[in-house]
Amino acid sequence: MSGNNITFQPSDDRPAPASKVGPLAWLRTNLFGSIKDTVITLVLLGTLLSIIPNLIEWLLVKASFQGDDEICRQADGACWPFIVDKFQVLMLGVYPQDLAWRPGIAAVALIILAALTYVDRIRGVILIAAWAILPIFALIMIGGAFGMQEVDQSLWGGLMLSIMLALVGVIVSIPLGVLLALGRYYGSPAIKAVCVAFIELLRGVPLITILFMASVMMPLFLPPDLVINNLLRIQIGMILFSSAYMAEVVRGGLQAIPSGQTEAALALGVTRTHTIVFVVVPQALRHVLPPLIGRCIALFKDTSLVIIVGLLDFLGMIKGAALDTEWLGFQAEAYAFAALVYWLICYSISLYGRKLERRGPAGHKR
Amino acid sequence: MTVKIESQIASEETVIEMSGVNKWYGDFHVLKNIDLTVAKGERIVICGPSGSGKSTLIRCINHLEEHQEGTINVNGTLLNENSKNITQIRREVGMVFQQFNLFPHMTILDNLCFAPVWARNMPRAKAEEVACRYLERVGIAEQKDKYPGQLSGGQQQRVAIARSLCMSPSIMLFDEPTSALDPEMIKEVLDVMIELADTGMTMICVTHEMSFARSVADRVIFMDGGEIVEENTPDAFFDSPQVDRTQKFLSQILSH
Repeated sequence: MSGNNITFQPSDDRPAPASKVGPLAWLRTNLFGSIKDTVITLVLLGTLLSIIPNLIEWLLVKASFQGDDEICRQADGACWPFIVDKFQVLMLGVYPQDLAWRPGIAAVALIILAALTYVDRIRGVILIAAWAILPIFALIMIGGAFGMQEVDQSLWGGLMLSIMLALVGVIVSIPLGVLLALGRYYGSPAIKAVCVAFIELLRGVPLITILFMASVMMPLFLPPDLVINNLLRIQIGMILFSSAYMAEVVRGGLQAIPSGQTEAALALGVTRTHTIVFVVVPQALRHVLPPLIGRCIALFKDTSLVIIVGLLDFLGMIKGAALDTEWLGFQAEAYAFAALVYWLICYSISLYGRKLERRGPAGHKR
Repeated sequence: MTVKIESQIASEETVIEMSGVNKWYGDFHVLKNIDLTVAKGERIVICGPSGSGKSTLIRCINHLEEHQEGTINVNGTLLNENSKNITQIRREVGMVFQQFNLFPHMTILDNLCFAPVWARNMPRAKAEEVACRYLERVGIAEQKDKYPGQLSGGQQQRVAIARSLCMSPSIMLFDEPTSALDPEMIKEVLDVMIELADTGMTMICVTHEMSFARSVADRVIFMDGGEIVEENTPDAFFDSPQVDRTQKFLSQILSH
């Protein structure tokens, strides 16, 4: 094409105008943009102002932090010495006091591992191995073995029990859920039928029912020489229940993987197993991280149901503490503390989930 | 009614032999009596309207689609239900897809090393060496630590070609490799394919790029309704198509 030879010079970028960016502009557009927005903002501000100052006053300003129940009853605000007094039973249940250092060590190990995991210091196979060994280590420390005095599982309770049930539940039910989902999605008709039956049966009954069945009925079905203690039966019940839900979450992820991915891997001559393990499952898990983390949080909260089958977990001990005759009338503090602890742990799991989502090539979008 | 010619490459071994191949999707007869012989080093372009079965045909060669009747022989191995045969054939036949199908959760280098490490048991270091060599050959050596999502379409397709080449296939199948690309990127991918053809690779290419067909192909095959309607050398095919269906197709596709 003949014509004039004009060289194209791209224009420089300019910064955006000041009145359209910055915090004041954000406030103006988002909170006070229209009459409707302004009204909503003011109503919300009003509601918050009527609740939060009173709450802070009760929680902190007028609260007592030292003393006994006499001093607390004279004061107006929350009674935190109550929680301090009950702290050990809330954490450990009726675990023998002189042996409390053993769960302490397990707790420190958990915190260290969790911190290392959060800052990505350990990865890959070592990470998985560490989290697999932690429950075993905790069991040995808390239950006693190799010469240490044994502590029967009926004495385990408190936050330690809740965390143990949830942690083992998550560690076992996620791989089990993945296997169930793969069986349902890729399996032969026989395997698929078994997986579907398992999933639908366990999803179809409330967790309480499963806990009852595990606690009361399982011993009837087991061979007479196989005795599984109550806590282990409850733990198995929680694992089975959770794995059914994890399976369905993972199956959603499997369905989202385009068939071109498996086709490309198979066309390269890679076996079907390697394709599923290295191409499909990693992508599927990344897709469903939000609901997967949500199921972990839900499992932790569901551990509070074990009170119904007689295990005194954190919430069970809170209830017991609230009814203590020495500290009558301080139920609010007990449940406020329970809410705080549950929230702290659940929010930490949620934060870690968000961090996981941001990893990898597609993470920057979030 | 079809027009057929023998392979134009003289005295070469046959690498692909399809004989009486028929395929149905349920009741829909999608491949009808396909007879195709491909010689070593031959370059074949398959063209035709959409739904004519061209993609299905080449996908039958590496068993991504299963044929119900007829026989397919690849490098002497019969393609049947035997999964060992299938995996064996897939390791000798590389495939490039319209949608690239790179693994988005792996870096480019990992994408290329994946198959040699897990399908050929190659040590990782050697696989990386091979991968880097092919990345240089397609011109993307500097991108090896990036993820597919960070590359343009043309770059991704070149990576896909390099990924297939890492398995040292003797036959390459291309399923509309440039159909999902911006016009500016089509040339860079076609250049890689032409260079590949020059090295003597046996290629079967489903494409709408008629200039590529004209310059590179040894044989052009036109398919419609699941059958091979006409096949000929490029010059004969484009300059004097003999079947009316071919003439109609060419008048549509070459008019702009």
